[in-house]
Amino acid sequence: MAKKKKSEFAKLPSEDKTALIIGYTILGLFCVAIVLPMIYIILASFVDPVTLQNQGLTFDFSKWTLTAYERVLSNSQIWVGFRNAIIYSVLFTVISVVVTLLAAYPMSRSDFKGKGFFNLIFMITMFFGGGLIPTYLLISNLGMLDSPWAVILPGAFGVYNMIIARTYYQGIPKDLQEAAEIDGANEMVYFFRVLLPVCTPIIATIAMWNFVGMWNSYFDAMIYLNSASKQPLQLVLRSILIQNQPEPGMVSDMQSTAQRAQLAELLKYATIIISSIPLLIMYPFFQRYFDSGIMAGAVKG
Amino acid sequence: MKQEGIKNSNSKRGGNGLHSVLVYVRQHWQLYVLFIMPAFLLTIIFRYIPMGGVLIAFEEYNPIRGILGSEWVGFEHFQRFLSSPDFMRYLLNTLKLSVFGLLWGFPAPILLAFLLNRILSTKIKQKIQLVLYMPNFISVIVLCGIVRILLSPTGMINMLFGTSWNFMTMPSAFRTIYIASGIWQGAGWASIIYTAALSNASKDLKEAAVIDGANIFQQIKAVEWPAIRDTVLVQFIMSVGNIMSVGFEKAYALQTDLNLASSEIISTYVYKVGLLDGNYGFSTAVGLFNTVINVILLIAMNQIVKKMNDGKGMY
Repeated sequence: MAKKKKSEFAKLPSEDKTALIIGYTILGLFCVAIVLPMIYIILASFVDPVTLQNQGLTFDFSKWTLTAYERVLSNSQIWVGFRNAIIYSVLFTVISVVVTLLAAYPMSRSDFKGKGFFNLIFMITMFFGGGLIPTYLLISNLGMLDSPWAVILPGAFGVYNMIIARTYYQGIPKDLQEAAEIDGANEMVYFFRVLLPVCTPIIATIAMWNFVGMWNSYFDAMIYLNSASKQPLQLVLRSILIQNQPEPGMVSDMQSTAQRAQLAELLKYATIIISSIPLLIMYPFFQRYFDSGIMAGAVKG
Repeated sequence: MKQEGIKNSNSKRGGNGLHSVLVYVRQHWQLYVLFIMPAFLLTIIFRYIPMGGVLIAFEEYNPIRGILGSEWVGFEHFQRFLSSPDFMRYLLNTLKLSVFGLLWGFPAPILLAFLLNRILSTKIKQKIQLVLYMPNFISVIVLCGIVRILLSPTGMINMLFGTSWNFMTMPSAFRTIYIASGIWQGAGWASIIYTAALSNASKDLKEAAVIDGANIFQQIKAVEWPAIRDTVLVQFIMSVGNIMSVGFEKAYALQTDLNLASSEIISTYVYKVGLLDGNYGFSTAVGLFNTVINVILLIAMNQIVKKMNDGKGMY
């Protein structure tokens, strides 16, 4: 194989070779630009805070330490954040996938009466919304402030995902439905027993995007959830990474402000690594749905 | 059982008017009550009720007296922010961020797709794609955390150049940081759609072009570009339609007190003036103004796509 590729390359005219080499270099540089910061952060997270600030990265292993990891992992707020993020993301994924898949079914049927009406109702929300304050006041009037439902329910029905699911349903051969009808299956039976089992790729894709989306978002949680015990991971990360306010207890035993600042900086590295581990574990699973995610990626990415 | 199936198909063909609709709804009540109702209720409650709430933009909102009981002020809020120099700055910041973002960010995934398409080994190509797609899964907070770490006065970038600039406090650096980190995170993933379109490019056509002695640039011009041209156009028009909807999350996470001169955009301003300062009416008016411009842009762009696509729009 390799030999064949090589000869293919060798056969090219020289100007093409130059173009290809330049192209591969650009691509390679882009990959390096992606990977390099990640490697830097992984390595730096082990370096002693004072050394890191004064000399930068070092491979003198006597200067390496696990203190940042110990401090981050022994802090309860990080774990609270992880727990909440898992709960919210799982709940959101389940609810949104169920609601979306259900709604997409009638919308996929050509005989569904009222399709135009529902279509219009759903489409308008893609263009127009009430905006921040009216939504906030609604949540407040519903008594949902500081409740996880304020983060989960408002976005649970995604019109765009509904369209993707609907398109997928429409690609399923009609014979399947006719056969089911002849066998006496009603809508429920057809939908759950016949249609859904052949739609697993699109279900997995929608579930993946909803999970990642909820896991990564922070805005709704920031405005609706005030209690520390309800904060999802991203809000905990925000106070450490963005606001420079490590959780109390992470740095408070340090004597001087300078020491505290250096330690706080190092904690950021460890926090980034720790918070990325679930993602790294799930990435290979996500990978299987990249291709079916093409449509989803087009708009979301 | 079988009879019901036949009755079903009869009613599908049978007559029109209210009666047949009622018969249909009775026969297919599950479609309405079980399938579409949850989505419909969520949409009405969380999307349409707030739309009624935009009335706040035209009043001096008083939480005790409610939306209907508060004092009407007409277009006063709109006049106030349209005539304020601050607002013009936020509007310009928003537009600059999205226009320059489009200028740099739009071609990047197309270039990546062309380059990926030139890799002969499928295995290597897949490995590179895995690397390119990964940043897309990083959260905004972690991305901005990485950016802040790398750009801090003692961070990697300053170490490399032996300097100690504090980029996060420089208004002049904000847009570059925002756009470059956006490309870093999103260009790989955005290239997926072009890669897919490129894989549809006819192999025969390409082989013919190679036999005719076309060089790479001629091949791109004759075979590959035509295969993705429509996708590029639709993506471009959609991006233009979204030019006023610069997201809140990333801009807010990259803001510092010192770079506000270029980092304060409409969405962050709406948040601050509304939720932090409690000017509900004013904030809603600014948000409504932004939404209306956005809707106009989107509809206009959708019309253009329709014209190109023989009547088939994006929505």
